[in-house]
Amino acid sequence: MNGIRAIVRKELADHFSSYRFLILFALIAMVSLITVYMVGLNLKTELRGIAKPKFVFLLLFTSSGSLFSLVQFVAFFGPLLGLVLGFDAINRERSEGTLSKLLSQPIYRDVVINGKFLAGVITISVMMTAIVLVITGLGLKIVGVVPGVEELWRILIYLLISIVYISFWLGISLLFSILFRSIATSALAALAVWIFFSFFIPLGASVVANSQVSQTETSDVSALVQRARIVHTITLASPLELYTHAATIIDPTRKTTRSIVAMGPMERLSLSRFSGPLSLLQSLFIVIPYIVTLIAIAVICFGISYVVFMRQEIRSL
Amino acid sequence: MSGKILIETENLTKIYNGRTAVDRLSFHLLEGEVFGFLGPNGAGKTTTLLMLLGLTEPTEGWVKVLGLDPSRNPIAVKSQIGHLQENMGFYGDLNAWQMLDFIAELNGIPDDSARERCEKALRAVGLLDEAEKSIRTFSRGMRQRLGIAELLIKECRIAFMDEPTLGLDPDATNRMMDLVEQLCQETNMTVLLSSHLLHLVQRICHRVGIMIRGKMVACGPVEQLAREKLGIDNDAYTLEQVYMKYFEEGRP
Repeated sequence: MNGIRAIVRKELADHFSSYRFLILFALIAMVSLITVYMVGLNLKTELRGIAKPKFVFLLLFTSSGSLFSLVQFVAFFGPLLGLVLGFDAINRERSEGTLSKLLSQPIYRDVVINGKFLAGVITISVMMTAIVLVITGLGLKIVGVVPGVEELWRILIYLLISIVYISFWLGISLLFSILFRSIATSALAALAVWIFFSFFIPLGASVVANSQVSQTETSDVSALVQRARIVHTITLASPLELYTHAATIIDPTRKTTRSIVAMGPMERLSLSRFSGPLSLLQSLFIVIPYIVTLIAIAVICFGISYVVFMRQEIRSL
Repeated sequence: MSGKILIETENLTKIYNGRTAVDRLSFHLLEGEVFGFLGPNGAGKTTTLLMLLGLTEPTEGWVKVLGLDPSRNPIAVKSQIGHLQENMGFYGDLNAWQMLDFIAELNGIPDDSARERCEKALRAVGLLDEAEKSIRTFSRGMRQRLGIAELLIKECRIAFMDEPTLGLDPDATNRMMDLVEQLCQETNMTVLLSSHLLHLVQRICHRVGIMIRGKMVACGPVEQLAREKLGIDNDAYTLEQVYMKYFEEGRP
């Protein structure tokens, strides 16, 4: 790939020196640190005087302190990072006249879009890795528990899932920066998609579920289960939901990615029998469909951007 | 001028959404010449340049640049052609050194020789003293000269200059044209120059082509066109007269 190094290097320099990236990074780092600090302090007081249970280290990521857990935070605000990195990637070059200059250099056209996407993914990876490492370090200090090998694996997988998830949003914003000529329009469109998936899909899912299942009897188990099933199915359309499900890899006690499970006496019996944590492989089996779907939508999204960009007439660039 | 043909087109046609932008264009560009590419706005000059660069595909006809087809061998063609665009964009945050470095890297010029080439190019266009300033602070004339420096970095054999004097003051315009003329003599670069400043074109171009509504209505040395169109045999013609004559005739 001729020239892709030049483009990636320039894009990385642009990202790391731009104010919007620094501001967002400071914001996300700050919130993560505060969350982890509070969770860590809670854990510390609760753990005082008792033997440390297995996998306590992972609670740093999953338990919500006073507001939300780190996983929830990334699910919600991670997309913003992806959107900020990409919403003006192509249309800014277009409006400043640098795109046609790039394209009249001896490079293939796809090098431009590949380079931009790659630089974005690298930036996201650096940032997420930094945050996870800081949290791990802080956790070591506050809780005083050393994570085991399996915990480290879970954290690593979680990190990879987060990178794929944020890269999907980068792909969305890259697509909008190709489709819309105006930077403001592409930024707004990207925000609209984010709001739609983050707020409206969960809301819409419960509205639909309520209309399908009568809510008269709260003790009617089959109705509750049916309602939960409808909500679950609809919310799966949201990448945010996919990510939340996939991120349960980090919690070894989760036997399912679902949040509501109706249990009869037999299930209770079996639950108590198997209440120990799952092995890493078993956890992975549970979340693998979500991980694959996340990767698939990220690839599809970038693929669409790629095709649209390659087919655009240069005169309209 | 050696008379070797560098660029050749035959019946080159481009149709955008049912509108014919370039209509059966056939012409050639000889090595070492400065070719004036004239025509009113929207006549299809920029579209022609894009087709010669392989940035857009012809609807019909063919182009050969240095014996290659630009839409099949875009990399080879683009590494031999420098393109100075109208309304050229720069990355405002970079300084001149960084900009040229980036262009050098895109052209696959190794790092050790890139620095030397950048310095040479900056000196040639007279920007060496201002090279540390960010491009955002550059005047229009300085930007155009930086654009020329980008062509020099590539050491390209052919340069397309699309309105290089657009928006420049008279002094900067003259210096720009002097620079172009000097470069052609020193580096034996072949130049395809598109401009509306006909007296300057007449001064530095060996041949001119006049394009009106997608068709090239005239092509040749200015004195030949003057003889054919105006019937003037001595030096008492201007390119402007020739151009206006063709322009009047080309009107619908």
